[in-house]
Amino acid sequence: MVVQEEMRMNPGHADNSTEKGIIVEGLNAWYGSLQALRNISLAILSKRVTAIIGPSGCGKSTFIRCLNRMHEVVPGARVQGKVLLAGEDIYAQGVDPVRVRRKVGMVFQRPNPFPTMSVFDNVAAGLKLNGLRRLGQMSDAVEQALRQAALWDEVKDKLKQNGTALSGGQQQRLCIARALAVQPEVLLMDEPCSALDPVATSRIEDLIRELKERYIIVIVTHNMQQAGRVSDMTAFFLMSNDRAGEIIEYDETRQMFTNPKDERTEAYITGRFG
Amino acid sequence: MPKADFDQRLRELQDELLVLGSMVEKAIAKTLDALKRRDMEASRQVIKEDDAIDLQRFQLEDKCVELIATQQPVARDLRRIIAILHISVELERMGDYAEGIGKISLMMGEEPPLKPLIDIPRMAEKATSMLRRSLDALVNRDIVEAMAVCKADDAVDALHDQVYRELLTYMIQDPKTIQRATYLLWVAHDLERFADRATNIAERVIYLVTGKMTEINVSKY
Repeated sequence: MVVQEEMRMNPGHADNSTEKGIIVEGLNAWYGSLQALRNISLAILSKRVTAIIGPSGCGKSTFIRCLNRMHEVVPGARVQGKVLLAGEDIYAQGVDPVRVRRKVGMVFQRPNPFPTMSVFDNVAAGLKLNGLRRLGQMSDAVEQALRQAALWDEVKDKLKQNGTALSGGQQQRLCIARALAVQPEVLLMDEPCSALDPVATSRIEDLIRELKERYIIVIVTHNMQQAGRVSDMTAFFLMSNDRAGEIIEYDETRQMFTNPKDERTEAYITGRFG
Repeated sequence: MPKADFDQRLRELQDELLVLGSMVEKAIAKTLDALKRRDMEASRQVIKEDDAIDLQRFQLEDKCVELIATQQPVARDLRRIIAILHISVELERMGDYAEGIGKISLMMGEEPPLKPLIDIPRMAEKATSMLRRSLDALVNRDIVEAMAVCKADDAVDALHDQVYRELLTYMIQDPKTIQRATYLLWVAHDLERFADRATNIAERVIYLVTGKMTEINVSKY
């Protein structure tokens, strides 16, 4: 266990990217009296994509929602432990959760553009909330975000159209653009492709690979092949007997998918349980 | 039980590999026997029967590709399929050595044998035992046995040295023996390579069990 702990905190090949990454220490989370996560510790590296895998109910989504203080939004939910982003504990006293969420963007399973807003306004929404008012600056920032999300060429002539008129894959990239517009440090993705067809999925995966140069990316996925394709590191979560999610193994994806150390990881990724 | 069908197909794949192994074992036994008895017809049969070995290997490869494409195997499942794929190639090449010895036997034709064959059949016996043990190691996921197979190659190399020295002596003493001695050298070389490939199979077993690719015993040749 000590070895496992050591590995989680200092993955072998890490350069100094842990300093700029996210360090999670002894994280516990509850919904009321039900513990959803127990003693999660791991170092998420910058410039790497980290995939979180595990069966339904193992706490994957809860875990990433703890990384941008969204878990506590649920009534009765609470968190204990540390999450250091660039060395700063986002759960320290006095830290403003809104500021945390600006640094840590999130994309959800179903594309959720603001239904009454245009493509442009969807991306601009976060910027407006952050006080950006000048139209010229706003247009530049929207274009940049749409380019980063590999959507610009497809929507540059329909910026005034309603965001929900786009295809599912485009809507998801619009949501990614919206998250990127406020220039976060981290992008959390909760099963971002599960509602998309294979072509749209492939575009998002290409995008993830491009974005990892600039952002810390954590992706929750049920799709083992997707975790294998896009991530550099993989963490396997599993529910314990009292239903609290625990981290079983965390290692380079290459290692996890060819020769995992834990039998439970092996059984899960080869589809023999879960 | 999820994956029951996939597990069944993996078992079938391994069974098919063992069939290939047994075809190769029969081929090497038959080719040596034909060489010793100077039975041209039997040598011709070995050459012809190699087609069936090639076909079996292609069918195995085809099944491996199909399983990879349709099941997206990972971890031990993937290593198992990759190991079987590699071993099938090794076995097919081992079959080629049996075929090659058959061809050498035909080249020797009606010429009287240079000398009674003693060490060459010993090499064949040891190499065949290595083949059998490497496949047993595969079935039993036995890395200790796999390591032992790699180690056993030293004895085959030593016999090869011995055959080489002996044949060289013949050639130096009487250059008229050069052609017949060279044929026997080729046979010894084929058997030496046959044994090397048995160690490759053993290394694949170690990979399958541990996930580590290592060269266990570097052959002298």
